[in-house]
Amino acid sequence: MEQITNIMVVGIGGQGVMTAADIISQAAIMEGYDVKKTEVAGMAQRGGVVTSHVRFGKKVLSPSIPPGTADLMLAFEPAEALRWVTHVKDQATVMVNTYPQAPPVVSIGLFNYPEQPEAQLQSHPIELISFDAGSLSIELGDRRLVNSIMLGAIAKQLPFSSDVLKAALLARFKDKGAKLLALNETAFEAGQQAATA
Amino acid sequence: MSAAEQDQNNPRIFISGNEAVALAARDAGCRVASAYPGTPSTEILEYISAYPNLYSEWSINEKVSLEVAIGASLAGSRALCAMKHVGMNVASDALMTQTLIGAVGGLVIVVADDVGLSSSQNEQDSRYWGRFAHLPVLEPSDSQETYDITRFAFGLSEQYAVPVIVRLTTRICHVKGLVTLSTPQVEEGHKFNKDASRFVMVPGNAKQRIPLMFERDKTLANFSESCALNIMEQGENRTIGFITSGAAYCHVREAFPDAPLIKLGLSHPAPIELIREFAQSVDKLVVIEEVEALLETELRAAGIELFGKDVVPRIGELTPTVITPAIERLLGKEKSIATIGMTDVFPRPPTMCVACPHLGIYYCLSHVKNTIIAGDIGCYTLGAGHPWNALDTCISMGASLSVAQGIDKGRSEEDANKNVIAVIGDSTFLHMGMQGLLDITYNKGNITILLLDNRAVGMTGGQNAPSSGIDIHGEATIQVDFRKLCEALGVKPERIHELNPYELPTLFKALREEVKAKEPSVIITNQPCVLTERYAKQPPLTVEDDKCTGCSNCLDVGCPAILVTRREIVVKPNGKEKELSFVKIDTAACTGCNLCINTCAPDAIVPLINVAHFNAVEIK
Repeated sequence: MEQITNIMVVGIGGQGVMTAADIISQAAIMEGYDVKKTEVAGMAQRGGVVTSHVRFGKKVLSPSIPPGTADLMLAFEPAEALRWVTHVKDQATVMVNTYPQAPPVVSIGLFNYPEQPEAQLQSHPIELISFDAGSLSIELGDRRLVNSIMLGAIAKQLPFSSDVLKAALLARFKDKGAKLLALNETAFEAGQQAATA
Repeated sequence: MSAAEQDQNNPRIFISGNEAVALAARDAGCRVASAYPGTPSTEILEYISAYPNLYSEWSINEKVSLEVAIGASLAGSRALCAMKHVGMNVASDALMTQTLIGAVGGLVIVVADDVGLSSSQNEQDSRYWGRFAHLPVLEPSDSQETYDITRFAFGLSEQYAVPVIVRLTTRICHVKGLVTLSTPQVEEGHKFNKDASRFVMVPGNAKQRIPLMFERDKTLANFSESCALNIMEQGENRTIGFITSGAAYCHVREAFPDAPLIKLGLSHPAPIELIREFAQSVDKLVVIEEVEALLETELRAAGIELFGKDVVPRIGELTPTVITPAIERLLGKEKSIATIGMTDVFPRPPTMCVACPHLGIYYCLSHVKNTIIAGDIGCYTLGAGHPWNALDTCISMGASLSVAQGIDKGRSEEDANKNVIAVIGDSTFLHMGMQGLLDITYNKGNITILLLDNRAVGMTGGQNAPSSGIDIHGEATIQVDFRKLCEALGVKPERIHELNPYELPTLFKALREEVKAKEPSVIITNQPCVLTERYAKQPPLTVEDDKCTGCSNCLDVGCPAILVTRREIVVKPNGKEKELSFVKIDTAACTGCNLCINTCAPDAIVPLINVAHFNAVEIK
């Protein structure tokens, strides 16, 4: 079968998971691939778990990534990385924003937030890259920049040039004013740096 | 749609199945489109509403929506209505008779089945309606096919004068793929031609139409045998041949790349003879269909030997992970894929939004004793969950009122002193709740109704409704006056209260008074959905650590912006242990609705702006 690249983007409602997956898809399209992107939405707006599957290659059939076959995972929250880590293949890169976001059921004591999620992730046969994109976004002045930071962080992990992903991201902001464009470019670059640091 | 017809200058666009339906309607010259919002089909009309020269509306329910489309078709125009699977149950009254009349202008009914129940109260197979109502069912398998097939559906509808069902599933609606559009058609529409013997379905006329419907079944069955949408794909490995349709096709093709198969784009009526011939060319024939065993049953009845739901599941999506082990079992093979478990991580159940106007309602409901609360379909169904646990039933659109009426009339002596309450949102009330209220007043029920008017269809993303005063295009229109409406439906004026749900004391007072009244009463809340532009954010709140006593009253509000920082067990003077929960407020999420301030006895919750050392970055 033709080689398909499988990318999972995971997080929680409101973090920009869908947007990130869309931008990765657009970049793959710019590279001439066939692309399918799926999402588990529905309750996304209500703080639920959000996952998006991006698959690209010569011809993509099923839109869902079978468990254990993701080549790359982009996790916007550490517990979500842990939830989905068994869906990636051995040695796959898992890029994790370490900024935790516990839901009310955890805060209230009904469930526990996993202890040291990064250490737990390390016990899986993966290439873990993690950094605090949440705090970085706050430093840059807007929490919504997490998205662009995380995209910058995985830019080197794709089977095409980082510039393509950057172009796809910036295309999204081209009509939204120079300031927002520059801010997202800075965030993308900060993500690139953080991931290689 | 042949490749030759496709405009080579059209670039490929990356769109969801829902957007593909919308573009197909536009490009097919559809003139009227209607829907009531419902996951996973909502976006279809949202996209259509942006196109010029195409009338679109949010109808008040799916039956009305279908009837609007029917009217447009009878008037000679191409028309489309879209709905989620349960919507078709509501629309079915019109559907079952319209099939006798047929279509004049192309009439396309798009039904989206929520296979896997991502946001629905049940899982249903809408292909049944094709059988029940004698209508053709088309099933696309990706965005490109959704575009092509929806366009095809208009032509098919006109060619055979028949309403056509396009059946989608969540995996079609919410998956994006690359699509090339074809050249748009312009349809002028035709004059309304009076034809009482066909359009007026009284017994005498309907009797004449029934044989014509059966004739049409035969014609369509013949058409299906050679229909270009029913595609046979050859494969080298003839151990198993598949019959499949819709999203399941993509899964089958991926899991078994070298298996021969027939993909049914026109899945009802099925091309029985084509399948019979195909069956002889493979060792084993397997039908892979989401959800019910429809094709399977029909093919078996036609004497074709096959496997189906005896091998693959009857619920949920049939992804490669599900199909592959099923087929391996059938072939007596070793399992090739190891079952991959999920890591055990806490759940993230859907919560109500920060500052949602429903929070105050459920806070009150969870503090009022001796209740039976009938719920309804919408965001407020979440009131069944933690921390409120304040719903006892949820069935279908509008059922809160009528079910409450039944509980009232059917209760035993043991429940004689229970307060029967119905909770329903504005849009659900207008969809199918008004009838229930009239039933309650007419039949002298004793129900307290909470009508949560947030002026939008919240659960599907804040779409407009007649309670919004704004139409699908964002233009001003009538706004329902719920007080007058409830009065007109027989509720006494003094039993109707309109109040602000953020004012807890007022809410408690009204609720406690009205449950005592031995007649129907309605409490209408009047603050907007926080997802809509109407909601005005206020400066965020914070908790003064030294004042928080850990009483956890504020946690009963259920606002996701209130977080526990630490818990402590203390021993009270009477020797009993008590758990204290000290809290903070996520100031970046808080929009200052002030509801939680009402619940904080030590006045520890204050506006952030009053705290000297607040960090400007945090409130961005």
